[in-house]
Amino acid sequence: MSDASAFSFRAPTDESPLVRRALIGVAVLGLGLLVGAPLVAVFAEALKQGWLAALKSLGNRDALSAIWLTLTIAAISVPLNAVFGIAAAWLITRFDFRGKAFLITLIDLPFSVSPVVAGLCIVLMFGANSLLGGWLVAQGFPIVFALPGIVLATVFITFPFIARELIPVMIEQGRAEEEAALTLGAGGWHLFRTVTLPNIRWALLYGVLLCNARAMGEFGAVAVVSGKIRGQTATMPITIEMLYNEYLSVAAFSLAAVLTLLALVTLLAKTVLERRHADQIAATHRH
Amino acid sequence: MHIEIDEIAKSFGTTAALHPVSLSIPSGALVALLGPSGSGKTTLLRILGGLEYPNSGRVLFDGEDATGLTVQERRAGFVFQSYALFRHMTVFENIAYGLKARPRATRPPAAEIARRVQRLLDLIQLPDIAARYPAQLSGGQRQRVALARALAIEPRMLLLDEPFGALDARVRKELRQGLRDIHDATGLTSVFVTHDQEEAMELADLVVVMSMGRIEQVGRPQDIRARPATAFVRDFIAA
Repeated sequence: MSDASAFSFRAPTDESPLVRRALIGVAVLGLGLLVGAPLVAVFAEALKQGWLAALKSLGNRDALSAIWLTLTIAAISVPLNAVFGIAAAWLITRFDFRGKAFLITLIDLPFSVSPVVAGLCIVLMFGANSLLGGWLVAQGFPIVFALPGIVLATVFITFPFIARELIPVMIEQGRAEEEAALTLGAGGWHLFRTVTLPNIRWALLYGVLLCNARAMGEFGAVAVVSGKIRGQTATMPITIEMLYNEYLSVAAFSLAAVLTLLALVTLLAKTVLERRHADQIAATHRH
Repeated sequence: MHIEIDEIAKSFGTTAALHPVSLSIPSGALVALLGPSGSGKTTLLRILGGLEYPNSGRVLFDGEDATGLTVQERRAGFVFQSYALFRHMTVFENIAYGLKARPRATRPPAAEIARRVQRLLDLIQLPDIAARYPAQLSGGQRQRVALARALAIEPRMLLLDEPFGALDARVRKELRQGLRDIHDATGLTSVFVTHDQEEAMELADLVVVMSMGRIEQVGRPQDIRARPATAFVRDFIAA
């Protein structure tokens, strides 16, 4: 076999080394310029006047309130959308009914509608000038310019993430295992807990992480419904924008760095989980 | 258990999967539903198992109307075409699933479950694979585990959808005898679906030849071979 190397046979799908390097170079350059550099810039700007200045700007009451508000919104919206997403994916992949195509389109709607428009819709529906909103305000439960409105906007914007992640996985896995559980006597809830959920848990996790990232980062819809009240309804992205517009660049970038760190932690969590359960992910894949 | 199928019809949308068909399956028989794809044999099997409901007609188990029984109430041991083993569970957990799914009042204690699972593993002649995952088994092993899982619920009948369909020819022949042995050992009324006439003829006590949602002929293998009732049956068993 030693003379086999004399012929440089190449698999039909392989590219020459030159082409390969060029493609890798383009990818690395693109990623570096579009993702890497801005990321570094955020942290560099935040720390331009040293750690102390950055930390001090974060210790301020409005900044703390923004961080707390953003975490609260994510903590409410993500579980809600996990439930909605599982329910929608279950309905779509396990049942045939009239209007299914329409429902799928509806799930994608938040992807195609501009967040600002979504926010305006919520203001129109629940604002103090609307019938429903006026009544709710009179009951002492305002939606717009308050936490419920922001949560509503966030749930709307992040709705597709979990459902979209689950639907292809559930289609691919088919109904056979669930039917098997039924023939073995399992009831609906037991079946969901012991068969469906374990099979979709990785897709669900990805969906939750994506949903969480977007819930914390959402700007457009929240900007419209929140009224941007400092210390009350200003989320992290809103506060960052306000600080930036006021030329408080260290404060703005410090808060931006925290938001970025939250996203990075999410990504890190995902990677660690994937590492730890690599064999399980492989084992639960279709055999 | 005696199974009586009385004028069962089923359509999906506008296509008729089963024209009204009637069939009587004697208690303890091993029956083959034989036919090409699209003949309605799998639909009939799924109706027996309660995974589909017929548009009209009745199913009787030992003379009692079972048409409205839910899939759980039917207690039919079902072996699926690609086995549908729970991929995230070990072989032990797969076989124990039906016992653990029972309500607390009728659920056997853990030690009893373990004992029963081991007995089933012995029955399928794979005593040492309890800790493995389905992905680590060969096709033939998976089929036998699926059989053991179906038997674990102490079913009233055994329903098998193309039980040998996903296996290569050599394993197929081996497992045919395995199914025959298990059927004879348990005495369960068993119905299996196949498109392979040789398999049906060799294994079954009674062969039901189906085509286009109708039953063409019902009979013992030797009778069908000797006296095919229709031109379709003659062509199909000659193939």
